Amino acid sequence: MVNSTVTGSRIRARRLDLKMKQGALAEAMEISASYLNLIEHNRRRIGGKLLSRAARALATDVVTLTQGAEAALIEGLRDALAQIPDGAPNIAQAEDFAARFPDWAGLTIAQARRIAGLQRTVENLSDRMTHDPFLSEALHDVLSTVTAIRSTSAILAEDGEIDREWQTRFHRNLFEDSQRLAESAQSLVGYLDAGEQADATIAAPQEELEAWLAAHHYHLAALEHGQVRDMDIEAVLPNGAAGSARTLMLAYAAQYRADALTIPLSDLADALGEITDPQHLAQRFQTDLVTVFRRLATMPDGWAGRAVGLVVCDGSGTLTFRKPLDGFALPRFGAACPLWPMYQALSRPHTPIRQVVEQVGQLTPRFTCYAVAHKAYPGGFDSVPVVTAAMLILPHDSEASGYPVGTSCRICPRRACAARREPAIVAEHSA
Amino acid sequence: MAKRVLLIEDEPNIIEAVRFILSRDGWSVDTHADGATALSAVARRVPDVIVLDAMLPGRSGFEILRDLRGDSKTADIPVLMLTARGQQKDRDMAARNGANRFMTKPFSNAEMLACVQELYAATQSPGA
Repeated sequence: MVNSTVTGSRIRARRLDLKMKQGALAEAMEISASYLNLIEHNRRRIGGKLLSRAARALATDVVTLTQGAEAALIEGLRDALAQIPDGAPNIAQAEDFAARFPDWAGLTIAQARRIAGLQRTVENLSDRMTHDPFLSEALHDVLSTVTAIRSTSAILAEDGEIDREWQTRFHRNLFEDSQRLAESAQSLVGYLDAGEQADATIAAPQEELEAWLAAHHYHLAALEHGQVRDMDIEAVLPNGAAGSARTLMLAYAAQYRADALTIPLSDLADALGEITDPQHLAQRFQTDLVTVFRRLATMPDGWAGRAVGLVVCDGSGTLTFRKPLDGFALPRFGAACPLWPMYQALSRPHTPIRQVVEQVGQLTPRFTCYAVAHKAYPGGFDSVPVVTAAMLILPHDSEASGYPVGTSCRICPRRACAARREPAIVAEHSA
Repeated sequence: MAKRVLLIEDEPNIIEAVRFILSRDGWSVDTHADGATALSAVARRVPDVIVLDAMLPGRSGFEILRDLRGDSKTADIPVLMLTARGQQKDRDMAARNGANRFMTKPFSNAEMLACVQELYAATQSPGA
């Protein structure tokens, strides 16, 4: 830092502020005035004893002369520069810039920070678009309608001679599409308003839990081995976890520990060599199917090398756990499709249900679902039953069609569904 | 013989507009709206160019594309993939499964026409 090229400029500025003559400062520093002149114009470096003398004579300190207020600015400019990988200005000029135009340098830094903040917001939003099936369906609908409107209106606007019959037809299509677009846009706004509130309250802690688990691919290696103490569980939680999210994480980790004791990972891997039916696994480990589901969903390499999704709900049908699987859309909040095998299981506790399903409008639509519901009486005799249902989701390869299910009524295009509980916010297929 | 294009898309008003644009350019346009039976529609019609939507009822366009490329009878038919989501993920998936071109909705009519024409021209030039 002592070699800073602008230390000389600072010495000069400080001297002029003090209305001190160059000769007087040179004398105090025990050098010639012409040498000081070279220093002040940054043509000779200054350091060591000479710099200490200059600082003393100018009633300031060495750090202010060498780094000054610019140090922070330079650091900030360095950060700003890091955001722009290509075509960035030379970092060597940053010191000069910060020294000569500190206010502008400050503005540049403030702008860079604002850009970084906005970038994060954009990333979050685009993440939300990708992972929120409601939003992505609704936007898909809007875009499809806009596509039809754009093409149709361009034909009418740009092309001179059009058959009268076609013209009438295109006008009618435009009218229909614009109505549909108005409706989709309105419901989208309504959904986003509702979504904001839901985000702030119910969804947040569970999302925090899911984000944590997703970061570990739902496998908590530290809880897999032998005797795990309570303090080990605490250690597994992410730093800064607090409030409801922390409570959910602790409960999840405690359950994980119990499950790992019942079905140790290596034993499970061995058993899977000969057993492919989850019910048989439950018998082998003398436990219930829900525990088997949870263990299969936490295997680090999936089940037989394939990723596994898992959803769990309580007696009200509310999803209490979601491990997503590519292609099988889960509602981001609120209730899921009542046709899911998990909900059939809910009405028939202790009956294992296996079903091949296909999700309307999804890219890889067929899945094998294993579902079961358990009824427990943790309060003992005469207490309320606590029901839990779980559904394991696996990709299904065969071409045979599956039982059609959706994600949630609000985004489901199947008009003729007997189990529909509310109208869709997207246009409906006749299919 | 007329150039034949098969449009696999489920939005009736998009079908109508695209059919109009391409027909006027001298194309014989067939359309098919169901993903599940799209492969047999291709086998029946043997088009020169396929315009394939990514999101179809019954079966995804990406799966259909993969199967088209896996069958020697359809492997060389140029495919223009349409999607309402311009995400990189979709682009990558289209490229991986063998799409010749990728277009994001909403597209311009001129762009669509030019793309179909180019795909056809490439099959006609020797050594293509």
